[in-house]
Amino acid sequence: MSALAIPPSPLPLRVDALVKSFGHVTAVDGISLELRSGECLGLLGPNGAGKSTLIRSIVGRVIPDSGSIKVFGAPADSTAARNTLGWIPQELALYPRLSCRENLQSFGRYHGLSGAPLNQAVDRCLAWSTLTDRANDLVKDLSGGMKRRLNMAAGLVHQPKLVLMDEPTVGVDPQSRNHIFEMIEKLRDQGMSLIYTTHYMEEAERLCDRIAIVDHGHVIALGTNADLVQNAFGSRSEVLARFAQNDDRVAPWVAQHGGKTVDGTAQFTIDRPTQITVLLEDASKAGLELLDVSLRKPNLESVFLHLTGRELRD
Amino acid sequence: MISAIIRTAMVSLRRDRGALALSFILPVVFFSIFAVIFGGRGEVTPKVKVLVVDEDHTRTSQQLVKGLQQEGSLVVKTRPEPVKGVEQPEYTATTGEAAVKAGAAPVAIVIPHGFGENPISFGPANAGRPTIQLLEDTSDMIAPQVVSGMLQKVAMTAMPDVMAEQGSRYFDQYAGGLTPEQRERIDTGLRNLREREANGTVSNSSSNGSGGIIAVTSRAVVGEHKNNRMISFYAAAIGVMFLLFTASGAAGALLDEAESGTLDRVLSSHVTMTTLMLGKLVYNSMLAFLQLVVMFLWGWAVFKLDFWSHIPGFVIMGVCTAFAVAAFGLLLASVCRTRAQLGALSTLVILIMSSIGGSMFPRFLMPDAMQKAGLLTINAWAIDGFTKIFWRDEPITNLWPQVLFLLAVGTALFLIARRLARRWEFS
Repeated sequence: MSALAIPPSPLPLRVDALVKSFGHVTAVDGISLELRSGECLGLLGPNGAGKSTLIRSIVGRVIPDSGSIKVFGAPADSTAARNTLGWIPQELALYPRLSCRENLQSFGRYHGLSGAPLNQAVDRCLAWSTLTDRANDLVKDLSGGMKRRLNMAAGLVHQPKLVLMDEPTVGVDPQSRNHIFEMIEKLRDQGMSLIYTTHYMEEAERLCDRIAIVDHGHVIALGTNADLVQNAFGSRSEVLARFAQNDDRVAPWVAQHGGKTVDGTAQFTIDRPTQITVLLEDASKAGLELLDVSLRKPNLESVFLHLTGRELRD
Repeated sequence: MISAIIRTAMVSLRRDRGALALSFILPVVFFSIFAVIFGGRGEVTPKVKVLVVDEDHTRTSQQLVKGLQQEGSLVVKTRPEPVKGVEQPEYTATTGEAAVKAGAAPVAIVIPHGFGENPISFGPANAGRPTIQLLEDTSDMIAPQVVSGMLQKVAMTAMPDVMAEQGSRYFDQYAGGLTPEQRERIDTGLRNLREREANGTVSNSSSNGSGGIIAVTSRAVVGEHKNNRMISFYAAAIGVMFLLFTASGAAGALLDEAESGTLDRVLSSHVTMTTLMLGKLVYNSMLAFLQLVVMFLWGWAVFKLDFWSHIPGFVIMGVCTAFAVAAFGLLLASVCRTRAQLGALSTLVILIMSSIGGSMFPRFLMPDAMQKAGLLTINAWAIDGFTKIFWRDEPITNLWPQVLFLLAVGTALFLIARRLARRWEFS
């Protein structure tokens, strides 16, 4: 007697060889990735890297030139995909003259909700975004952080299983940002599958299980935070040094010792802490006066710099 | 420093096509429209259409009709246009009045039986004498005045023998009688006058005889029981113009939503672009209809417009007009890229449409060519429809040309707008 084979449940998201060009600019150039159930996958990259185009392709607002996108096994532009997808766009996509509750009701209705289920969904989203006491306030009268939270709530009113967040913390103060992080962490705790795009390394490190580093339309690295650092740096560390001199001697000397100068700070990768001594002695011999020096573990910023030669926020 | 400010402002203006159009194109267009209407350029001055009913059929009445036909400022019709090549019978007093009521002409002249016996309104025996009747559509305030004046002029110039004969008869009657020699001289003079007239040598260019040579009575056959004269016309005319502005403004919400990203979010839900635009069309139509209701209710409350007895016609014309202007607004919004563009374009297009479509001044004041051009606008058809209801008291079945036009135009504009909106659908 043989057991019936149970088909594996489809992945929340599978992107295969996606390409999208706008005129001569290729925004997405053959990206492939998968999102596992209950996972938060970060898309980390500078502005213009192709993150938003990828998100808009998944949500069906951009038609790719080639490649395929499956949401829980269904094509991205299908009704089944729309039912399971929640999209939080980078813009404040809200009706400014409607109240918080009215906005959520509108977007709920657009997703086919009505009656009691709609009201329950609206109440749940207001509570999640801690806007219950401002439910009847007009959007135009809210603070920037509140608008951001409502913008997020509007993407979740129909209870999607996969949520795409496109830089949801753009333009908010640190306190509001923390508030938003807590909201996202609640979603993670509920087992929701998330895609989170950002160009802030700290956000990706805090929120994401895995991170895809995106640059010029490519995924140039994919893995956990630790994997990415390990793959790029191994056990090596970074030395940051600033010199009193600000002349033509510094940059050539830094380059000669395998480092890079970023915003006036020299950055070196070393295998062993004892190499710092050698660097300092060489600097002294070259007549460079050291202002300060520090040793740090490499992070995602370092990984990006290492892989692209540019800073994440260039 | 001042030059820097001027330079910055000039560069900004140069790059703002909407502001440029409003600054330079709109004034020139408006100047041209007003110049054509009121400037009387060449042959473009409008002629007054007049129906003439000759019940007298005497030589005198025929002379009068002929004289009217020779007037360059009048278009005289003695019978309706042929139907399928079949010539129609001449107008009678009844059919002439019906034609004025239907808007075929703003005025009809009825020359009654017995007019030729005693055409001049001189002397005390005027009472009971057959007098010419002017049947007027008072929505055209100018045409009846023009026709009345022309009638007196033609009486003086086209019937000189009648004038002389009648004058001598009065003289004979009231001055104690003529001697046989005097009567013989007058008769000889009249014969000569008739011969010259028969030879076409009688001048028809004498001065306007506006002293009331022939007796004329006027009667309003359209709006005769109304005390609101042009109120219904302007309720429709101004209403439609502002409906167009409101509709384009409301449709501009589409641009706001596209700009803010709300449109993207909406289209990522179950709502399709067609559903969205249909929703906007219905909403904007309802808004426009409500505006018309408010406008006409105000007309009723303040200016005694007879609103309540015309509800069915108002609803039919209101719905069709609202649909057409809503579709027009959506088209404008889908053509434009930004709110600012929409503001400039809608101002330009709506003011032009309103001026040639009769929202600013009645189309009957305009030259023929411009009246025909006006038929390309929503304004003209909507105003014509409302005028039929509120001024002419026509049955609602007579509204079919206006209803058909407005629905067809609305549908066509909406389909074009939907096609243009594809640019928002996908990147």
